[in-house]
Amino acid sequence: MSTVQRSDSMSRSARLGWMPDLGSLQHLLIQKVVPPVVIMALLIAVWEILCSTPGAALPAPSQVLRDTWDLIVNPFYDYGGNDVGMAWQILASLERVAYGYSLAVVAGISLGVLVGQSTWAMRGLDPVFQVLRTVPPLAWLPISLAGFQDSAPSAIFVIFITAIWPIIINTSVGVRNIPEDYRNVARVLRLNGYEYFTRIMLPAAAPYIFSGLRIGVGLSWLAIVAAEMLIGGVGIGFFIWDAWNASMISDIVLALIYVGIVGFALDRLVAFIGNRVTRGTAQG
Amino acid sequence: MSNRYLSIENVDMTFHGKGVETQVLKSIDLTVERGEYISIIGHSGCGKSTLLNIVAGLIESTSGAVILDGKEVNSPGPDRSVVFQNHSLLPWLTVYENVALAVNKTCARTKNKAERHEWIVKNLEMVGMGHALAKRPAEISGGMKQRVGIARALAMEPKVLLLDEPFGALDALTRAHLQEEVMRIQDELGNTVIMITHDVDEAVLLSDRIVMMTNGPSARIGEILDIDLPRPRDRIALADDPRYNHYRQEVLRFLYEKQRKVESLAQRRSAAKQPTKVKAQA
Repeated sequence: MSTVQRSDSMSRSARLGWMPDLGSLQHLLIQKVVPPVVIMALLIAVWEILCSTPGAALPAPSQVLRDTWDLIVNPFYDYGGNDVGMAWQILASLERVAYGYSLAVVAGISLGVLVGQSTWAMRGLDPVFQVLRTVPPLAWLPISLAGFQDSAPSAIFVIFITAIWPIIINTSVGVRNIPEDYRNVARVLRLNGYEYFTRIMLPAAAPYIFSGLRIGVGLSWLAIVAAEMLIGGVGIGFFIWDAWNASMISDIVLALIYVGIVGFALDRLVAFIGNRVTRGTAQG
Repeated sequence: MSNRYLSIENVDMTFHGKGVETQVLKSIDLTVERGEYISIIGHSGCGKSTLLNIVAGLIESTSGAVILDGKEVNSPGPDRSVVFQNHSLLPWLTVYENVALAVNKTCARTKNKAERHEWIVKNLEMVGMGHALAKRPAEISGGMKQRVGIARALAMEPKVLLLDEPFGALDALTRAHLQEEVMRIQDELGNTVIMITHDVDEAVLLSDRIVMMTNGPSARIGEILDIDLPRPRDRIALADDPRYNHYRQEVLRFLYEKQRKVESLAQRRSAAKQPTKVKAQA
């Protein structure tokens, strides 16, 4: 159906020619691009003014740019040890998040389905979940260091344990909210457990699952920075800590901007995948 | 009974909820012949949907039995396909895929892949939806969704087709149109059908027999009316037919004189306080 629609709209724009498309592009530009650019410029101007006074504790944006220019233009340098470019730092953090988050997705959806399907499991596990999910991510770090005796798996475990709760909870709500009608359809068709899981349960719960996945990825990115500050090694979190110890405030500002942009990108990526996968599921 | 294809024997249904027992159905006995079109009519809350769900196997009766073609019904299955009131198509599947899910599941052994494809398309064409195979439910109208629901149910080649107020959510024109389609398909296939309705004209127009239920709780079958009108039936011609009007009056008299819905305020309040399963089913 999407192809039909797409070709339809394409033929329409072809019929109208290029001019109206350019016009609407311009319109879009004014509507969507101008406001954030204006606000950004204003904020930077205020920051510049506030931090330009002599003796200001924090660097002004122009100062930041001057101090970090080498880091910005050389994201991929590698002088060995912890002294690597910003891109490597971020990729190292992303790798940890990828491991921890993937584990959380698999375990979270499985547990969520279990809790959503079985009232007994829900009654047994829900209190445990409700208590554990309130434990702050970093509180898990010492115990996981003690358990794993190594910093690498500990960081991944912290990501895992941070991201898993919203995934479990949202999945179970989604599974519990599958309309009775869909269950009845499955019963009349005599779908077996596997068919029910793949054909009815996953698609019906997908919008809920993806909202859990989106919250989860945001939380894991929040947790990784804090965890890396403590465990050290290559990673954007430790980079920030290192810069603080060396009093390189400008480096910290640059790192914060990168952390923000990557977090935003992760959120949008999961949202995008969710939109593609759940297309049509939300409406009935 | 000469040809008892489906028989509902002494079915009772009692719901238990929060310490309150509500008897919804009491000693329901009904036999249906092969190829017969039966309507069940009654005021809302009389348990007609409950009865249909029992025949479908979706809920289990407290006592009594449903026997279809010599076998007792105790779980849902494709031999008793249901057209649900709110179409219940799966929104993430296209029209074609919705029917395919049913066909691939129920005809996996009897038909090969090409035959199944043909069968899916044939059933969708029969309900006039051959043009919209690749559309999703959200992209088609309510009447069209119900057509697809009917195609899905027919494609399972059920022994008995169960229609749960299939046209209830549609506007009057669409409803009339779909009724015609159902009559045409019924003439063609000769299915055994049980239809829940609260529309008197619909019941008289479509049915061979109308089963009229008394008001709940403890609803029973009040009267059964044979509709002896020749088929194919034409709504406009029948409008002036004295027999048609006589049948109509019989049903109306049953519903509005003998079984007038009297709900005292106190009753309604207590019903509102306890939205038991009965309400949900009705």
